[in-house]
Amino acid sequence: MADTPLIELVDIKKQFGPVIALNGVSLSVLPGECHCLLGDNGAGKSTFIKTMAGVHKPTEGTIRIGGQPVVFDSPRDAMEAGVATVYQDLAMIPLMSVTRNFWMGQEPRKQWGPFRFLDMDMASRVTMEEMRRMGIKLREPDQAVGTLSGGERQTVAIARAVYFGAKVLILDEPTSALGVRQTANVLATIDRVRKSGIGVVFITHNVRHALAVGDRFTVLNRGRTLGTASRGELNAEQLQDMMAGGEELAVLSTSLGGTV
Amino acid sequence: MSEQTGLPSGDERVQRQSSLRRAFMRPELGAMAGTVIVFAYFAVVAGGTGMFAADGVMNWGVVSAQFAIIAVGACLLMIAGEFDLSVGSMIGFAGIVIALLSVHLGWPMWAAILAAFAVAMLIGALNGYLVVKTGLPSFIVTLASLYILRGLTIYLAISTTRQTIVGGVREAAQGDWLAPLFGGKVFGFVFTWLADIGWIATFKNGARAGQPVVDGIPMLMIWALALIIFAHVLLTRTRFGNWIYAVGGDARAARYVGVPVNLVKITMFVFTAFCATVFATCQVMEFGSAAADRGLLKEFEAIISVVIGGALLTGGYGSVIGAALGALIFGVVQQGLFFAGVESSLFRVFLGVILLLAVILNTYIRRLITGER
Repeated sequence: MADTPLIELVDIKKQFGPVIALNGVSLSVLPGECHCLLGDNGAGKSTFIKTMAGVHKPTEGTIRIGGQPVVFDSPRDAMEAGVATVYQDLAMIPLMSVTRNFWMGQEPRKQWGPFRFLDMDMASRVTMEEMRRMGIKLREPDQAVGTLSGGERQTVAIARAVYFGAKVLILDEPTSALGVRQTANVLATIDRVRKSGIGVVFITHNVRHALAVGDRFTVLNRGRTLGTASRGELNAEQLQDMMAGGEELAVLSTSLGGTV
Repeated sequence: MSEQTGLPSGDERVQRQSSLRRAFMRPELGAMAGTVIVFAYFAVVAGGTGMFAADGVMNWGVVSAQFAIIAVGACLLMIAGEFDLSVGSMIGFAGIVIALLSVHLGWPMWAAILAAFAVAMLIGALNGYLVVKTGLPSFIVTLASLYILRGLTIYLAISTTRQTIVGGVREAAQGDWLAPLFGGKVFGFVFTWLADIGWIATFKNGARAGQPVVDGIPMLMIWALALIIFAHVLLTRTRFGNWIYAVGGDARAARYVGVPVNLVKITMFVFTAFCATVFATCQVMEFGSAAADRGLLKEFEAIISVVIGGALLTGGYGSVIGAALGALIFGVVQQGLFFAGVESSLFRVFLGVILLLAVILNTYIRRLITGER
C-alpha cells in the first residue's frame, strides 16, 4: 500500500455554532480500496462525508487530493476533483426515466443549427450499456426510476458516478434501507467498482456489511476518529464495541444475550 | 461473494406489466381521452348549431388559445415544482401598463409593449427570487403578489385616468410595427380563397357582405401554437428541460448533481410572466382597451388546464402537449355549452368535476410509475 492516497483528510474539525460536529477526524483513501467509515447515529458520519463532498467547509483541517491541498467551495468543485457522492435517499428522482437520471446535470448535447439539443439516442445507448455492465436489465431507456428497486437505484447512481470519472466514490449508507438480496447486489457492485481502481468510501453502521467488502475500517465516535484498522486486524465484535464507544454496549449486549 | 450473486431476478416481475398499463404512463393520456370524449359529445349535442363551421371553430379556437398561452407557462412552472397565483393579476397589470404608457403618456406602442414585458418579467423574477430565497411555498408568495398587483393595477388606472378602463389603444396602435404581432390576423388570403371555392361561408348582408366569416388566423392562436411548440421542445429535447423535471422531481437531489436549481425556478417564474404578458397584450390589442379587472381567475384556469393535461401538482411530472389539450378541452366546453344551449352556470360544475377526475387519475398514474402502494 505504498500508493499515494487518492484523497486524504487530516484532522478535520467542523463546528456549527456552539456544536462541535467533528473534532479531529482523519481518513485516507487508496486507489482500489474500500474504506469503511463506521459509526453510530450522531457520530458525525454525515457531516464528515458532506465535508468530503464539498457541501460543508471544514472549520479546521486539510483536504489533499493526490497529495495536493485543496479547498472545495461547492459540491461541483468536489465532483470536478473526482469525488462523487451517492446519497442514500437522494440518489435518484423516481418520476424521471433512468436515462434522464443518469445524465442529470451532464446531459449530452448535439448541435443543430444555432441550437443545442439533447442527444437522446446517445444518452439512451450509453445508459443501456452501463446498466447492462452493472447487471441491471432495463426494459427500455425511458423506464422510470420509480420502477426500480432500492438496490437497483443505488446501482444506477454508482454507475453514473463511475461513468462520469469518479476517482473517489462516497456511498452514504447504501445498504441501510435494503433487503438481503438487494444488499448483496450493492456489495457486489462496490466490489466491482473497487476492482477498477476507484477508491470507495463506504459509510454504514452495519458491521457485517462493512466486513463483507471493506479493506480498511475507520470508526467514528462523538466526532472523533477512534482509529483505522486493516482487514483482519479486527473482528465484528471489536468493531461493534468501538462504534458504540465501548462499555455501555457490552452491558446491554449481555442482557440481550449477545444479539446486538 | 461471486459476481453473479443475485443479479436482479426481479426483472421478470417488472416485465410482466401489460402494454395497457404502460400506455397509462404517458402524462397526456387522460387529456387525449378527454379531448376525444368532449369532441364526440359536442358533435352529438351541438353538431347542427354551427359549432363546427369555420366561425364556430374560430370561436372556441380563440378561447382555447387564450387558455393555452397561460397554461404553457403554468405547465413548465408546475413541472419545476412551483405555482404562480399572480398570473391573472399580471394580465390585468400588464394590460394597464401598456394602455397608460401608450395612451396616457403618449409613448409609441412598441415601447409601451416592450416596457410591459420588461416590468412583468421583472415581477416574475422577483416572485421567483422570493420563493427561492425564503423557501416559502410559492402558493403563499404568489398569493401575496396576486393581491399586490391587482391593487396596484386599479390604483394606477384610477390615479392617472380616474377610470378602471383605459380605452383608445387601437388608435394609438395605428401604424405601429410591433402591435400587429399581437393584435393582427394572418393568412387572410387562405380564407378568402376557401370562401371563393365555397368551403366556408360568407356574410350574406351588412357592411361586410361577401367577405368570408373568418378573415384570418388571429395572432393569439399563432402565439399559442408557437409557445406550445417552444415549451414542448424545451422540456423534452434540451438540457434545460431535463433540469426543469429534475428541479420539480427532487430539488435537493438535483442540486447535489450540479443542477442550478434556483436559476431554473426563477427562469420559470419569468417565463410564466412572459406568457401572461403575451395574453394581456393580445387582449388589449383585440379590445382596444385595458381594464383593471382583466385576467380575473385566470391563474386557476391555467392551473386547471395543466392538471387536466396530466401534470402533478407536486412537480416533476407533466407535459406541455397535455396542458395544451387541457386548454383545448377547457375552451371547447366553455363555448360548446353555449352552442348547445346549456345553462352557462353549469360550466363551473363541469370544471370542478373534470378537475377532480383528472387529479384522481394523475395520482393513480404516479403510483404506477413510482411503484408506491
